[in-house]
Amino acid sequence: MSAITLYIPGDTTAASLGADRVAQRLASECRDRGLEVAIVRNGSRGAFWLEPLLEIDAGGKRIAYGPVQLEDIPQLLDDGMLAGSTRPPQCLGPVEDIPFLKQQQRLTFARQGLVDPLSVASYRAHGGLAGLGHALGMTPQAIVDEITESGLRGRGGAAFPTGIKWQTVLNTDAAQKYIVCNADEGDSGTYSDRMLMEGDPMSLLEGMIIAGLAVGATRGYIYLREEYPRAGRMLQQAMNALREAGYLGERIGGSGHRFELELRIGAGAYICGEETALLESLEGRRGMVRVKPPLPAIQGLFGQPTVVNNVISLATVPVILERGGAFYRDFGMGRSRGTLPFQLAGNIARGGLVELAFGATLRELLYDFGGGSRSGRPLRAVQVGGPLGAYLPEAQWDTPLDYEAFAAMGAMLGHGGIVAFDDSVDLREQARFAMEFCAEESCGKCTPCRIGSIRGVEVIDQLAADPEGNLALLEELCETMTDGSLCAMGGMTPYPVLSAVRHFPEDFTAERESDDSRESV
Amino acid sequence: MENAAYIAERVRNIADGQRDLPGALLPILHAVQDALGFIPEAAIPIIAEVLNLSRAEVHGVVSFYHHFRRQLPGQHIVQICRAESCQAVGARALEAEARAQLGIDYHQTTADRCITLEPVYCLGNCACSPAVRVNDEIHGLMDAAKLSALLAALRSQVVEVR
Repeated sequence: MSAITLYIPGDTTAASLGADRVAQRLASECRDRGLEVAIVRNGSRGAFWLEPLLEIDAGGKRIAYGPVQLEDIPQLLDDGMLAGSTRPPQCLGPVEDIPFLKQQQRLTFARQGLVDPLSVASYRAHGGLAGLGHALGMTPQAIVDEITESGLRGRGGAAFPTGIKWQTVLNTDAAQKYIVCNADEGDSGTYSDRMLMEGDPMSLLEGMIIAGLAVGATRGYIYLREEYPRAGRMLQQAMNALREAGYLGERIGGSGHRFELELRIGAGAYICGEETALLESLEGRRGMVRVKPPLPAIQGLFGQPTVVNNVISLATVPVILERGGAFYRDFGMGRSRGTLPFQLAGNIARGGLVELAFGATLRELLYDFGGGSRSGRPLRAVQVGGPLGAYLPEAQWDTPLDYEAFAAMGAMLGHGGIVAFDDSVDLREQARFAMEFCAEESCGKCTPCRIGSIRGVEVIDQLAADPEGNLALLEELCETMTDGSLCAMGGMTPYPVLSAVRHFPEDFTAERESDDSRESV
Repeated sequence: MENAAYIAERVRNIADGQRDLPGALLPILHAVQDALGFIPEAAIPIIAEVLNLSRAEVHGVVSFYHHFRRQLPGQHIVQICRAESCQAVGARALEAEARAQLGIDYHQTTADRCITLEPVYCLGNCACSPAVRVNDEIHGLMDAAKLSALLAALRSQVVEVR
C-alpha cells in the first residue's frame, strides 16, 4: 500500500494555533502505529477559524478535519481519519464544499492549499509555469499589452494600473532595469501577501520573472518585512527550487533570457511599504520618502527604471498570462477589474481570506462570510484598508467594494484588509491611535506628517477642555496633513481620524469622556 | 577587552563578506544583530569604514529602524501586537497584562535578563488576533491567561551557565 498523503498547513496563522505540533504529533503517532503517511505542509486555505485544518487525500478527494487539537489525534486515527472517514466530529467533508471556500472566486489564490509550496512538480501540476511558458513566446510589448488588457491595478493599495507602469519601464532605455516586489505588508488587518508567500510562493516568483521579460529587467529584489520569518524561509526555499529547475539565473526555461532574484529583509519600519522609501531602504539608507517625480518607473532603484509592484499584483500576473487579459477583465465592476483577496480580521467570528470579484458588499463579507462579531456583540465600526483607511459605520456597509465607490465616500479599499470592531470600541481612542501611529512611523521628511501627527495626539487628548474649538482645530490640522504631506502616510492619516469624528461624533463629546459604562457592559 | 576585540573581529568579517552587495548596509546590520544580538556602538565605525560611509550615516540607519537594537536584549524577545486588528479583540488589556506581570515597560528587559518586551505593529496574524511573537514564533487568539502561562513558561526554562 502506498503512503497516505496528509496536508497540514505550514502557514503562520495555522502554526500560531498549533499546526506545527499537530504535524509532529501525527507523524510520531502514525510511526508508532506502523502507518505509512506522507505529510505535506501546504498553505492555508484561508478559513482560519478552522485551523489547524488537516486534509486527507482520499481517492483524489481532499477530506478536511478541523480544528484539530493535539489531544484529538489518537481518537481521529482510531475513527479512520486516514481513510477519509466522516465519523469524527471534526470532519468537515470535502474541503472544496466548505461554504466559506465554495462561494469564493479564486484566481490569484487558485492554487493556495492545493499545491505543495516547495515542489516545482506540484506547482506545474496545478497550472504553474504555464503563464511563463506563454510569455517566453511573446514579445515584451505583447506581454505588457496582456497586462494592460486585464485591467489589473496595483493591489498594494494605490490601485495604479499595472500595465501603464510596465509600459513606462519598457519604454525607458537603460542598461539595467529592476523588478522590485513590495512585500512590506504592514497594514493591520492584511495578511494576503504573507499567505501567498507561505502557501504558493512560486506564483510570486513566476510573476516577477514574467515582469522581467516584459520590461527587459534582469534583476529582481523581494523586500520582505522582518515580521514575516516564515514567509522568508518559504520564499528562499522556493527560489532555490526554481533555480535548480532552471527558472532563475541564466537561460530561464531553456530560453536565452536571464533573471536573478534576491530576497532582502526589512527592519521594522511601516513607511518602507511606501515605494520610494522602500527603494531608499534597499539602497542601504534610512527609509525616507523621495519626492516624485521622477517616478520609480523612470528613475527607481539605484537610479534605474524599476517596476515596483505588490506581492498580489505580481502573483496575479501568471494567471493573466496563462488565461489571457480578457479572461481576468471579465471579473469585477466599473474600473475595478478582476478579483481582490479580502481579509477578514479583528472582532470577527470567521476570520479568513475571501477572494471575490470587485462589487460585493462589506455586509456580505462581514456576515455571510465572517459570521458577524467574534464577541457576539453587535458590530459597530469597520476599518477598511489598513491604518490609513476610514472607519465605516453600518450605513456604509452596502457600498460595493470597488476602488471608485470607496474613494467617493472618503474611504479606500487599499490592500483589502477589513478590521471589524464591536460596540465596545471607542472611536476617539482609535482616532488618537491613528495619529500616534503616524507619529511613531513617520519618516520625518515632511513637516505636516512629522509634527502634525504629534499635534494631532495632543489635540485629541485636550478635546474635553474645549470640544468645539479643538474639533475645529483637529479638522484644520487634518486638512494641512492631507494637502501638505509628501506621501500617503501623513496624507491619509486624516482618513481614520475624520471618519471617526464624522460618523461617530458621540464618542468625541465631553459626556462620553466620563462614560466608562461601555467598558463594563 | 577580549570581548571588544571579539566584537570588532566579528563585525569586520561580516562587513567584509557582504561589502560588495548592492545596498549592503541593511544586510550587514541584520547579520551583525543576528550574530551578536544587537548592534554595539563599536560596530558603527567599522561598518562605516568598510562601506566608505560616514559614522553618522550608519548611525542614522541603525536608529531609523525599530528592528535594530543598540542594547543587548534579554534571552527572549516578546512582542505584543498593538495594531488595530488586535485592538479590536483586547490587545490593550494584553499589553497591560504583560507590563504588570513582567514589571517592565516596552523597550525594557526584566532584571533577570530573561525577557525583553517590545511593541510591534502587525504580525500578519489578523484573522486570529490578538497576536504575540516570542522570538520567531507567533501565537494567535491570545488572552490574558494564555499570555500569563506563556511568560511563566519562558521564565521557568532552565538556563545553562557556563
